[in-house]
Amino acid sequence: MSFFQVKDLSMIFGGLTALSQVSLEMDQGSIVAVIGPNGAGKTTLFNCITGLYKPSSGSVRFKGREIVGRRPHQIAALGIGRTFQNIELFSKMTTLDNLLLGRHLHMRTGVWSGATFFRRGSRAAKEEIAHRKKVEEIIDFLDLQHARDRFVGGLPYGVQKKVELGRALAMEPELLLLDEPVAGMNLEEKQDLIFWLGDIQAEYGITLLVIEHDMRLVMEVSDQIMVLNYGQPIAYGSPQEVQNHPEVLKAYLGDQAPDADDGGEAAHA
Amino acid sequence: MDMKRDYYEDIRLLDSGSQIFWLIALLAVLTAFPFFASSYLIYTVNLMAINVIVALGLNLLVGYTGQISLGHAGFFAIGAYGTLVLMTKLGLPFPAALVAGGLISALFGFLLGLPALRLEGPYLAIATLGFGLTITQILGRIDYFGGHMGLQAPPLSVFGIEVTGDAGRYAVIMPVCVLLAWGLRNLTKTRVGRAFVAIRDSDIAAECIGVNLTYYKTLAFAVSAFYTGVAGGLMAFVLGFINPHTFNVMISILFLAMVVVGGLGSVLGSIMGAVLISWLQIELNRITELPLLGPLLEQISHSVFTISGLPNVQYVVFGLIMVGIIIFEPLGLYGIWIRTKLYWRTWPF
Repeated sequence: MSFFQVKDLSMIFGGLTALSQVSLEMDQGSIVAVIGPNGAGKTTLFNCITGLYKPSSGSVRFKGREIVGRRPHQIAALGIGRTFQNIELFSKMTTLDNLLLGRHLHMRTGVWSGATFFRRGSRAAKEEIAHRKKVEEIIDFLDLQHARDRFVGGLPYGVQKKVELGRALAMEPELLLLDEPVAGMNLEEKQDLIFWLGDIQAEYGITLLVIEHDMRLVMEVSDQIMVLNYGQPIAYGSPQEVQNHPEVLKAYLGDQAPDADDGGEAAHA
Repeated sequence: MDMKRDYYEDIRLLDSGSQIFWLIALLAVLTAFPFFASSYLIYTVNLMAINVIVALGLNLLVGYTGQISLGHAGFFAIGAYGTLVLMTKLGLPFPAALVAGGLISALFGFLLGLPALRLEGPYLAIATLGFGLTITQILGRIDYFGGHMGLQAPPLSVFGIEVTGDAGRYAVIMPVCVLLAWGLRNLTKTRVGRAFVAIRDSDIAAECIGVNLTYYKTLAFAVSAFYTGVAGGLMAFVLGFINPHTFNVMISILFLAMVVVGGLGSVLGSIMGAVLISWLQIELNRITELPLLGPLLEQISHSVFTISGLPNVQYVVFGLIMVGIIIFEPLGLYGIWIRTKLYWRTWPF
């Protein structure tokens, strides 16, 4: 039984086949990247996994359990977290509240105990304090101290991306789906993020599935790469294999690709 | 500024010594008030406190959770009728009937929340508007509930103590209002309140971090309806007599106005909005009695409109004030409050 397995997943919108027979297998603790030109179906794949879309056919199994057909919050409760390509933060809340929302699944306070706490020892207050500690760890990890009490809507784009990553980490997921984590970041921020991805995998033991256009990041961090084009999986393998795969070169560079060696360099840049 | 020393200080009610002072001062004023004020003024404040409860509940739904409702008069009616019927027909004591009336209202809130799962914005507004209209129509046609004639409020007694007069009702209403305000403020600082705001800001992200949309949306409706129902139960005793026409669409719209004028997503804003709108509603009725402005307004209304003048001058003024507040301060009274506070903090620079 593999840790995470997508099998023959297809997603058809009316006449448009957004995903066709996509299969993917991940071991616990690995990093897999999904690449492909715009409109290749990468984000659709994420939406199918997290339950936002109901796939037309195929199966997604997480730790041996079928997750197709479950609702997004149930899938989150199983231990799958994600970030979004177009930042989906709670923009009129502070960074702190956004991260605390990441702890939602681990907290228990209901309406009654939440409305009636009145001292440090009250159940709701104790829970808030305990989870605040966990959130502060993440704030330290991602260097977000300066943004802690600021409304995220007013933060710079790169910082918002970090807050979103922090919120996903606060969920303590076992599998984390990152949708273009470095898009719009500057070089320094990208470099930081590459380090963090390594740390997330090593320290927190989180398995990562990453969509990314930045080839340097993809080649540096991923164990396996899947290439999608027009919803078709065209290659799946190690970074070296994928770099030299003729179908990949065709998808990225067009039909009249130069030699495989040169093409590999081009994809690298 | 005070330094924070532990995480609890971020969520507790009172942040600093001066806040403790002001809260005690406020409670003292609220306690002493009925001993000094006239009966009419106490009656006015009773109405304000009831509107504050509704505004708190409605703000939870509109301001925090981002779901609109034009049907809160319906919950108001359910709470009022529920409390009276439980007392007169089933013989429940007032405190139990008030809570039960609120819970019945919450049940209807939950039911209205179900279609709200699939409706947004203008569509939800119309659905809730329909709900408010339907409730009053149905209540008017059930003889058990007094039909169009309405219901008379029974004598009010709390834990064996006979409550009479405006001051007595104040002693019942104000503690309920303070308790519910405290509860809502706490709720917004903890897990459930955050989940509500998450739904408002991004429902997709809320789902993906594990917030059960079905549960929390219907819960927001239920809690909001509970507040409004309790307020309705109290209103029945302030008015002494209710009929279906007491709970018309205009009431629903006024409730929404309180929340928007006060400040969406703010407990303090709900309170300020409810107080201002209630005050305007009562005082503008007497606008023609004002020394200079009154006769002037009357004259304008006579010469510009019909010979008999505009019957509801006060509503025109009322509307103008609301439009003014929204244009000049979109965050409502709460926004004005924040700016004033900032101004004084940095004064005289």
